[in-house]
Amino acid sequence: MRVPLSWLREYVDLPATETGRDVQAKLISAGLEVETVEQLGADLKGPLVVGQVLTIEELEGFKKPIRFCTVDVGQANGTGEPQEIVCGARNFAVGDKVVVVLPGATLPGGFSIAARKTYGKTSHGMICSGDELGMGDDGSHGIIVLPPETEVGKNAIELLELVDEVLDIAVTANRGDCLSIRGVARETAIAYGLPLRDPALIDVPAPNAYGYPVQVSDPFGCDRFTARTVTGLRPEARSPIWLQRRLQKVGMRPISLAVDVTNYVMMELGQPLHAYDRTLVQGTIGVRRAEEGEKLVTLDGVERKLHAEDLVITDERGPIGLAGVMGGANTEIADHEVTESGVNGTTDVVIEAAHFDAVSIARTARRHKLLSEASRRFERGVDPQAAAAAAQRTVDLLSLLAGGTAEAGVTEVIAPSAPHTISVPADHPDKVAGVEYGRETVVRRLQEVGCDVYGQDELIVTVPSWRPDLVDPNDLAEEVIRLEGYENLPSTLPKPPSGRGLTHRQRLHRRVGRALAGAGYVEAPNYPFVGEQVFDQLGLEADDPARRVVKLVNPLNDEEPALRTTLLPGLLGALRRNAGRGSHDLALFETGLVFHPREEQRVAAHLPVDRRPTDEEIAALNAALPEQPRHVAVVLAGALEQSGWWGKGRPANWADAVEAARAVAREAGAELVVRKGQYGPWHPGRCAELVVVADGTERVVGHAGELHPRVVKALGLAERTCAAELDLDALEAVGDGAPQAPRISTFPVATQDVALVVDQSVPHAEVEAALREGAGELLEAIRLFDVYENAEQLGDGKKSLAYALRFRAADRTLTVDEASAARDAAVALAGERTGAVLRG
Amino acid sequence: MSAPNKSYDPVEVEALKPEEIERMRDEALAAFAAADSLDALHEAKVAHTGPASPLALANREIGALPPHAKAEAGKRVGMARGAVNKGLAARQSELEAERDARVLVEEAVDVTLPHDRIPAGARHPLTTLSERIEDIFVAMGYEVAEGPQVEAEWFNFDALNIGPDHPARGEADTFFVQGPEGGTESGLVLRTHTSPVQIRSMLDREPPVYVICPGVVYRTDELDATHTPVFRQVELLAIDEGLTMADLKGTLDHMVQSLFGEGMKTRLRPNFFPFTEPSAEMDMLCYVCKGESVGNPDRPCRTCSSEGWIELGGCGMVNPRVLTACGIDPEKYSGFAFGFGIERMLMFRHNVEDMRDMVEGDVRFTRPFGMEI
Repeated sequence: MRVPLSWLREYVDLPATETGRDVQAKLISAGLEVETVEQLGADLKGPLVVGQVLTIEELEGFKKPIRFCTVDVGQANGTGEPQEIVCGARNFAVGDKVVVVLPGATLPGGFSIAARKTYGKTSHGMICSGDELGMGDDGSHGIIVLPPETEVGKNAIELLELVDEVLDIAVTANRGDCLSIRGVARETAIAYGLPLRDPALIDVPAPNAYGYPVQVSDPFGCDRFTARTVTGLRPEARSPIWLQRRLQKVGMRPISLAVDVTNYVMMELGQPLHAYDRTLVQGTIGVRRAEEGEKLVTLDGVERKLHAEDLVITDERGPIGLAGVMGGANTEIADHEVTESGVNGTTDVVIEAAHFDAVSIARTARRHKLLSEASRRFERGVDPQAAAAAAQRTVDLLSLLAGGTAEAGVTEVIAPSAPHTISVPADHPDKVAGVEYGRETVVRRLQEVGCDVYGQDELIVTVPSWRPDLVDPNDLAEEVIRLEGYENLPSTLPKPPSGRGLTHRQRLHRRVGRALAGAGYVEAPNYPFVGEQVFDQLGLEADDPARRVVKLVNPLNDEEPALRTTLLPGLLGALRRNAGRGSHDLALFETGLVFHPREEQRVAAHLPVDRRPTDEEIAALNAALPEQPRHVAVVLAGALEQSGWWGKGRPANWADAVEAARAVAREAGAELVVRKGQYGPWHPGRCAELVVVADGTERVVGHAGELHPRVVKALGLAERTCAAELDLDALEAVGDGAPQAPRISTFPVATQDVALVVDQSVPHAEVEAALREGAGELLEAIRLFDVYENAEQLGDGKKSLAYALRFRAADRTLTVDEASAARDAAVALAGERTGAVLRG
Repeated sequence: MSAPNKSYDPVEVEALKPEEIERMRDEALAAFAAADSLDALHEAKVAHTGPASPLALANREIGALPPHAKAEAGKRVGMARGAVNKGLAARQSELEAERDARVLVEEAVDVTLPHDRIPAGARHPLTTLSERIEDIFVAMGYEVAEGPQVEAEWFNFDALNIGPDHPARGEADTFFVQGPEGGTESGLVLRTHTSPVQIRSMLDREPPVYVICPGVVYRTDELDATHTPVFRQVELLAIDEGLTMADLKGTLDHMVQSLFGEGMKTRLRPNFFPFTEPSAEMDMLCYVCKGESVGNPDRPCRTCSSEGWIELGGCGMVNPRVLTACGIDPEKYSGFAFGFGIERMLMFRHNVEDMRDMVEGDVRFTRPFGMEI
């Protein structure tokens, strides 16, 4: 809401020295978010005067038509002689009154005016357009033509009220009353402790039976409808400058007198109004819900199919307006047009000042995507008691400015309702704030905002008609606390019960992040939005469950309408982005949610809010949510170890990806089985399947390794890009929280190395497992220290695995025989299980 | 070697003459002193203390002396050998020390060489800043609570007193989730704030409830220098008997002091949110200029645009209607809540100029933040 300070001063006698910024500070403190204070005409300097065009000479031979004019500016130029001015505009004629800026003046934007030669003439100043004066674009781009009665030589800065300050207020959804000068003036008056001259306090004639007939058949949707009629308007009457200027300052464009007046009164009082051309309304005006299939062309020229819940204004033919949102084209006020037979235009109008149900208006406005000044106000709450005054104000202004006559008939249809009262303990604001205001202060503050207050310890508070947002005791507490000043609240600390710190899961998430960062990975969180084509690029099978996605109704980007089921698309995108910016040796990680639709999708119910939902209701809501497990993933490209003075670097490879997975599992305390796997995005020969065992059942929790060359190509990645992804929640579930301390034997260690020859297809993990089992409990540790492949020495398709075995007993020094026996048992079992042969 | 000679006069044995012994001793000491390396010293050692050295030979002559002379000669030779051994040990350690010092000099390296073999990794500053904030409240006894990101509208809106027709619901820039068979009605959204976690916390627990709810939230804003459709919030909720706005203010003050240092404070300005009543916008004192740039054009402050205060987020006393929807008796309990965006705080706390830097995953941005913030 834009509020000109000059308009505000009309209702509150602010000290003359108060600036817009002073008022801004006061209103912010009272709870109105004054975002900016616009300084209109701050750098404007005269002389800027009213002139009358005396002569126009059309200059020929230029690219565009140019006029050389003489303009009478009275004594403003010091000589009284006509002022010679060159002008490029054409929307004026000899005799018109215009705005002239004389040499020596400065226009907004620091534009200094001096006599200058142009188009072969000397121009002593300029004839001004609204744009040039900072008045806002009126759409014409032409110069301003003033009403003929304007006095020549008059100071145009004052006439056009060019110097002003405008407060721009972001009004919150609860304060519909502050979408009017009246409402902001009330807050200003309270903030300054000054009286308010309420513009709605005007004499209004009592309703009678001979006003324009109105039939409200939905009193819930429309609890008040005032209709007044004004006849005999002069069609050629224009809005006076002061009215146009006020509309411009609040951000509206002047259109025609009748429309301007309804807009003006809406801005002044907050009551949306509508003016119908009476000659176009047929019979009784009605208010009802639309019938399915009905149509209406609204003022913006759009034909709208009405919904059965839409509240409409009708006449005998059917809908003539979308109630509280926008009028219909079929009863639109006609602007005057000059024809051969004289001036045509609306002479008789019916004024509507009604009050509509906020929810109904909000729904209609949203349904038709038609947010108007009227709907914005009705949605947020309009003072129903101001309707009659607003209608009267409109009638008065139309009579005054267009010579109309107010008909004596006054229609008022009102659904009776009691004012809202709230019962609240007098010390309730004190308890909410933690401050002892005392009853007297509480009552005074509530009265200031317009409440009637009765009672001692228990207050009975009747809220004013313009504050429909005051419903609960806490609403009243807020009024008291904000007026007493939020800045005066003390600062105390509550004492929560002793806490237990982070949960196991939360500590795990942090630990995983630290472990990966410690290993050289950089965290790169990504948006979860994906397009389904990425699953093709990742090489997923047609029936891969990861292709089942949760989709958005209104994605930001139509190419990415779904939520991720894997972290890889985002991370690989980040990899590509970094590479595009010249970083090629990359190790990235992310932990985040992925989203899987349920097998059976259900619509989540809208539960009531006047009680706690039952456990069953909550469970049903949760069952409608997609599964959202937390995943962790890493991607690697380029060198993991840099080359340098110490020697060669090392490219990241599949094993790094697997090791990252192991590191994550270690943090989770989960025993991770790594075995050969095959899954879409990964190289079929370099893919590890990652498995955990929960309750005796194996569960695949992820994959790691080198990406498939096709995927690398499809996604434009560096060759040999590697990746790992794990379901962190699944790891956490099998994680063993408390590691058990091993028994540390202090007897000497016996070391034995063995080299075993196996088929190349035999995985090390199987050999090691067999050695471990075969060696028995004397084995303290086993470590693979070499893998050797040489067809000549080992034979085709063979490899040699060399292990260091460390034996130790808890209670004695092992003899060489004991250690050798254990080693032999280990080798024997490996031979039995994997065909391993001791290398000679 | 001669046989024992009972009538032998010690003076007659040349090698055992006092001056002879002294000479042998002095020669040995001179040889040690002259040795300029451990090897040379070893040679001198063999020559002057070995079995064939003059003193060793002289020692053997003692046996041939008559008993009365043995004692004196033995004493003389013994003293000389002691002096020689002591001299040798002294020179030995002198030369060893020299060698050790030389080795250390020779082993010197250029310690300025880099060793960025595996460049350091880093956690994202949004993660670590969020954790930092969580830790402040965990230390006070709060729990960290989490919840789903695809959320039921009832949790995201209705339970928070944002009914289906509330104007704020239309202003929430919500991503809606498709329903069964691609329909537009699912009753699900991408959560627009972490407030649904507050609701879940109240439903899960008996009061008192003290929770902090960090997490990713979504709004339909296009990514630009100051907006991102996916961002992180931290919200706090406290429900207990007798909680007041003063407690809210104190909790906020404590947080900004923990994050920005002593003397920091917050300011509340009235505002409106459906889920709190009274509601407020919260600002913190500018931690850079401490408000001194206000009205002081000579000392402009970039961090707060010379406003003196930095906007943090929204807060207020939990609307009793929200308590009712969560089965908490508003007559008995009251509470406060606040929430703010981590991105914004990271921007002004660490001079991030462009929101996009935080979402694009550029390692050059993230690395300097390390493990903690």
